[in-house]
Amino acid sequence: MSNTAHHAAHGIDRDSGKMGMWLFLFTEMFLFGGLFLVYAVMRSQYPKEFHEGSLELNVFIGTLNSVILLISSATMAASLTAIQKNDKKMALRLVLTTLILAITFMVFKGYEWNHKLELHLYPGSEVMRNLAKGEIMFFGLYFMMTGLHALHIIIGCTLLTIVAIKIKKESINSQNFLLLENSSLYWHLVDLVWIFLFPLLYLIS
Amino acid sequence: MDNVTTPSQENYLNHKTGLWSWLTTTDHKRIGLMYLYAIVIFFLSAAVLGLMMKVEKMVPGQTIMTAQTYNAMFTLHGIIMIFIVVVPGLSAVFGNFFLPILIGAKDVKFPKLNLLSFYVYIAGAILGLFSQFAGGHSPDTGWTFYVPYSTTASSNVVLALTAAFVLGFSSILTGLNFIVTIHKMRAPGMTWFRMPLFPWSLYATAWIQVLATPVIGITLLMVIAERVLHIGFFDPALGGDPVLYQHLFWIYSHPAVYVMILPAMGIVSEIFPTFSQKPIFGYGAIVVSSLAIALVGYFVWGHHMFTSGISYWSRWFFSFLTFIVAVPSAIKVFNWVSTMYGGSVDMKPPLLYAISFIFLFMIGGFTGLTLGSLAPNIQLHDTDFVVAHFHYIIFGGMGFAFFAAMHYWYPKIYGVMYSDRWAYIGWGVLFTGFNILYFPMFILGIQGMPRRYFDYLPEFKTTQMISSIGAVILFTGLIIMISNLIYHRRRGAIAPQNPWHGVTLEWMIPSPPPHENFDEVPTITEEPYTFHNPVTK
Repeated sequence: MSNTAHHAAHGIDRDSGKMGMWLFLFTEMFLFGGLFLVYAVMRSQYPKEFHEGSLELNVFIGTLNSVILLISSATMAASLTAIQKNDKKMALRLVLTTLILAITFMVFKGYEWNHKLELHLYPGSEVMRNLAKGEIMFFGLYFMMTGLHALHIIIGCTLLTIVAIKIKKESINSQNFLLLENSSLYWHLVDLVWIFLFPLLYLIS
Repeated sequence: MDNVTTPSQENYLNHKTGLWSWLTTTDHKRIGLMYLYAIVIFFLSAAVLGLMMKVEKMVPGQTIMTAQTYNAMFTLHGIIMIFIVVVPGLSAVFGNFFLPILIGAKDVKFPKLNLLSFYVYIAGAILGLFSQFAGGHSPDTGWTFYVPYSTTASSNVVLALTAAFVLGFSSILTGLNFIVTIHKMRAPGMTWFRMPLFPWSLYATAWIQVLATPVIGITLLMVIAERVLHIGFFDPALGGDPVLYQHLFWIYSHPAVYVMILPAMGIVSEIFPTFSQKPIFGYGAIVVSSLAIALVGYFVWGHHMFTSGISYWSRWFFSFLTFIVAVPSAIKVFNWVSTMYGGSVDMKPPLLYAISFIFLFMIGGFTGLTLGSLAPNIQLHDTDFVVAHFHYIIFGGMGFAFFAAMHYWYPKIYGVMYSDRWAYIGWGVLFTGFNILYFPMFILGIQGMPRRYFDYLPEFKTTQMISSIGAVILFTGLIIMISNLIYHRRRGAIAPQNPWHGVTLEWMIPSPPPHENFDEVPTITEEPYTFHNPVTK
């Protein structure tokens, strides 16, 4: 194993590239992990207020967004299969679909945030100051967690755009698709984080 | 074995020349050197800050700076020393330079990423400096950024936090690169247990960098969010909890201590066999204890918080684990000492530094156990005792290992020798100054001198004076040591390929190494540190 890898010292082979990506994903998990830890501590401290806070969130949009992200993960995985089967057109179409779904997610997310801002439910506002401490914390965590997640979606969108251009230019092809593979790993992580965020924020009973 | 290298031979230093070839290099050796120069410059500036603080404290009352300046100085000293010098230090400099060579590879697995992490590091360092001079107050929170002060202080805390975040990112990228390199790039025949110990320690370190650094990242982001967006994670008035900050901070920052010390242990594990001409004693024990330290090191963070109001059982648990984590460190000490036993010991400067490492590290370790015990901790928490303890570990441990590595690998890196005589003199002054500076601080701490105080009561006068004199001696020692190395860079005698009669792979290639390290990929057939013809004096 190390023998063949050694001779390929100057190009990045698929095994090593994927391993590096997985290590990077571990760091992402620990980054979000810190926030989940704070969430766990705070929720155990204010169970009732967290429930009341979650009633303010729009479960319908949350569910819709979850479905959108799940589909986008599927289209991303499909594009990887397509490029491996040398179907450039299909791969490109699927990556662009993923991109459109990601943007749709952001539009709904933006609508939700905007609604909260209209209700003055944001940290530091006059309305917030009069809420119970646990609810202030809930909305603080809501904005921080969904905000950090949205930042990852935006980074993902940039990545997807680069991937789409490279597929078009054929520098990503059936022989060399490490970037596409790593981008989909990243995209699945972003999806996975949302799968945890959704019940933790929207579905508190 | 001792082929003398002529300087005209092509090597990594003259392979390409010009500033641009350095700034765009992906050669792990050149990147290592760029880190070295950056780190030495930052180290010296932060050392000057330390010296100035000690001068201020030479006599009671205000002398050369105001209290506010003093606060800014210990903050800047801490931020530079921890985030810019000590955490990246050994991995980024000697790890970059020697990891690929020691495992028989041509470079790290991701050379471009390696260069990127250097520039991320430089960006973080510049941000850190910028926070000091960007107008307004310089940050005065201490390097620990404890809330609530860090969320309410009017100084440039956000910039300093961002700097620490960016530097953490660089640390993660280096760690990630090293893990993949060690997994995928070992030379044919180099099984895991034929790998030298410095790569092993870098491997354990890299895992900590990858798995612990993101936690400080998110914590710093939360402090920034609290300052900028008024999300009160750590503000009781908004439902938050200040103790939570301390948990999150130390979940990273305690393992970070092992990021500092594990590579240091790896370096002295290289030095002892070479200068004893004897295989390392207990190779397996050293490997396993490195991994054990990395693992258990995750679960001792609470010992920084015994006085912060955590429960009886958590105090019990964290104190117990603190004692447990001392065991693998002690195992290593026995291994190093046993390696010298019965060997042909050659007391060259690198070995002298390595032995002083053991001596200082043990004082630091034992006083660490004093602090890890619940009852003394109440008395000693946040006193000069703590400051003395971690300087013995970080400076006496990591710092002296850095100097040991510098003297050990200098002939390999530059292809020239330094003066042994001046190296001994520098060591003597440095070692004396170190103990005169820091040992009195243990006593001051026991007597109740709080850390980070600008002024003190008259009864501490004599001890403070002794400690400050030590600081001047220590600084003189640093200057002598570094001048010796800089002076001989151009004027030193040509170094042979293997001046110390070492048997690891770096001594099998010319000094300085060629651009791609090995002309032929080496094949490894035996355990490391096998001395077939030990050189006896």
